[in-house]
Amino acid sequence: MDDALLLHRIQFAFTVTFHYIFPQLTMGLALLIVAMKTIALWKSKPIYNNAAKFIAKIFALNFTLGVVTGIPLEFEFGTNWARFSTFAGGVIGQTLAMEGMFAFFLESTFLGLFIFGEKKLSPRMHYFSAVMVFIGSWLSGYFIVATNAWMQHPVGYKIIGSEVVLTSFSELLFNPWAFWQYLHTMLGATITGSFAIVSIGAYYLLMNKNLETAKIYLRVGILFGLISTILVAFPTGDYQVKQVLNKQPVTFAAMEGLFETKKGAELILIGQPDMEKLKIDNPIYVPKLLSFLSYLRWEAEIKGLNAFDKSLWPTNIPLLYYSYHIMIGLGTIFILIMFVSAIYLYRKKIYETKWLLWILMMSFPFPFISNIAGWWTAEFGRQPWLIYGLMKTADGTSLNVSAGNALFTLIGFGGMYFLLGVMFLFLFLKLLEKGPEKIIIERKK
Amino acid sequence: METIWFAIVAFMLAMYVVLDGFDLGAGIVHLFVAKKDDERRIVLNSIGPVWDGNEVWLLAAGGTLYLAFPKLYASSFSGFYLPLIIMLWLFMFRGLGIEFRHHSKNPLWRSFWDVMFSFSSILLSIFFGAALGNVVRGVPLDATGYFFAPLWTTFTITTHPGILDWYTIILGLVSFFVLTLHGATFLAMKTTKEVHAKSQNIVSIVWWFAVTFSAIALFATSIINPMVWNNFSNNIYGYTFPIIALASIFGIKIFNSFKKDNFAFLSSSTFIISMLATTAFGLYPTVLPSSIDPKYSLTIFNTSTSAYGYSVALTWWVFGLVLTLSYFVFLFRTMKGKVVLPNEEEGY
Repeated sequence: MDDALLLHRIQFAFTVTFHYIFPQLTMGLALLIVAMKTIALWKSKPIYNNAAKFIAKIFALNFTLGVVTGIPLEFEFGTNWARFSTFAGGVIGQTLAMEGMFAFFLESTFLGLFIFGEKKLSPRMHYFSAVMVFIGSWLSGYFIVATNAWMQHPVGYKIIGSEVVLTSFSELLFNPWAFWQYLHTMLGATITGSFAIVSIGAYYLLMNKNLETAKIYLRVGILFGLISTILVAFPTGDYQVKQVLNKQPVTFAAMEGLFETKKGAELILIGQPDMEKLKIDNPIYVPKLLSFLSYLRWEAEIKGLNAFDKSLWPTNIPLLYYSYHIMIGLGTIFILIMFVSAIYLYRKKIYETKWLLWILMMSFPFPFISNIAGWWTAEFGRQPWLIYGLMKTADGTSLNVSAGNALFTLIGFGGMYFLLGVMFLFLFLKLLEKGPEKIIIERKK
Repeated sequence: METIWFAIVAFMLAMYVVLDGFDLGAGIVHLFVAKKDDERRIVLNSIGPVWDGNEVWLLAAGGTLYLAFPKLYASSFSGFYLPLIIMLWLFMFRGLGIEFRHHSKNPLWRSFWDVMFSFSSILLSIFFGAALGNVVRGVPLDATGYFFAPLWTTFTITTHPGILDWYTIILGLVSFFVLTLHGATFLAMKTTKEVHAKSQNIVSIVWWFAVTFSAIALFATSIINPMVWNNFSNNIYGYTFPIIALASIFGIKIFNSFKKDNFAFLSSSTFIISMLATTAFGLYPTVLPSSIDPKYSLTIFNTSTSAYGYSVALTWWVFGLVLTLSYFVFLFRTMKGKVVLPNEEEGY
């Protein structure tokens, strides 16, 4: 791998990973804000409006970071991946342009109304703005997932000369791959949002302040958290993995750490891939479970890495394997946490159960990690392909941008994002300390 | 079909310049028209609800360019690698300046973000003009369809020029003064008292600079790329655009003198649109001329996508545009009138 290729890859991976910290929270919180405002409007409980307003402050801060870190990604398709854009622009240009026209405009104009127009709009119109922001952010997610799905599983195209040409718009937009990937991704974002507000609620309860609002956060957050942590595993996660098994079998073998083709393959829970000896070190596993989960037959045969030519293997198998296992491991823990919390909530004991509040408070970073690990699984799993089966990552870079220029901007992004991260945390903690206030909004007639 | 999409992309870019132009312009004059904290909050609140939506026009125009002319997108974005990434960083600072400032009452914190907001707005306005200058002047495109432009070389125009040379710097200054004017007319429209008076004052002074530099740029363009006048001689209706531009720039001066702020702002918007339309009309169908050999120039025909892609995209694009315009009308109507400062505790 030459220097320039590596630097282009690192820069994209770094900027997209850092970016994805923010949109997952945006999409998760947008749903929860709508939920809280629905209750406020429906049951005439203004306290829910107050609770939503505080989350909206965090949402607004987070949204800003999402926007400023998102713009570079669209640019980088052209700046760093010019040959990829020339090759595939005719297809993925559709979904990317649609994101701008249908999602970004919706999201940004109604966010402006939502934040600055509270006094000028009626409660219903303010609620409507919140719903539009939610729809905009979730649509944006769809267009991005559809773009990624096309790179994972290209459909509706033909190759003419040195570029792909779109032949079916509906196949692109309703790529079967995108369906499960989208639901899985959105549920992941809902988990991040749920854990974030549950964590804030738990913090206030432990600090013994803003108790009314804190309880709302626990109730709403645990409800959405329980549903989304279960659905993210089954059916969406399950189907997503089966798509990989069927369409990218070599990726599947690498994710699961299965080096040898086997009947009755075991499910490895923990272990370290040893790429020299081509085996898993110190494995903890459940015999035959992988075969059963994949085909519902205990003795089903699953192809291991040895069934494929080495040139088709994902380029970084240990990282792929770890990303996948971190996602699955954390996902399982999330279900447990939310299940126990739901029981305590149902018995009305959760507000006094300190050990559980501590766990909830400390848990907020982990959904971010598992969401990002999930995307790393998808992206490392697709390697060495940039567009699965059509274009190798090594063939997609901008040849006219030298390694030195790429390093310059990579260092710049590194410094810039470090500062952004520090400032985001600083401002978030400031908001958290100030907390939700009871404000009665006076509207102008 | 290529021509329709050329017009669409040009339209979206013009929308971007008019809309984000006034909040860039507000950023340029921010430190000069607003001295006290309350005044600065007024400036920021005047653009607060809309700047994000305005900036989306750039993203959407970029996305549309990517869809309609993928090879142009790939070639120009990689060729202008460094200046584009530097512009990205400026965009970030500018967004943060607007959104982070109000999170702390610390006067140093606020001063810092005020300066960042203004500084990045000034640089961005110059970069936009310089970018347009590069497109008019041409870049060293060769047979591969790619090029790589350094930030600067000798500041003269050769076959391998830098991003910045005397010509593109002139266009940068035109853009700077025109957007300053645009931002000041916007603030005059949206504010009262001190900020209002100072904005009107800036309009009347900067107007002379904008006119002078526009005239210089016009003259320089005729030397650098005389081809741009060919389309006008072939189709004299094209002269409508420069005539409208000429009328509207005097409109700015006249309406501003008579204190008709709304009309001054509208004139400024018209001026920008007609200037860009003039440029687009002159360039068509070339979208990036080669400074090495005209046969390597990128045109809308050798960078286009498939006919099917165009027709399916046209359907959803029209639909999307109608939706988008309705959001903007609703947003600007809700936010119309002079800015009233809210109690700081109630904001987001």
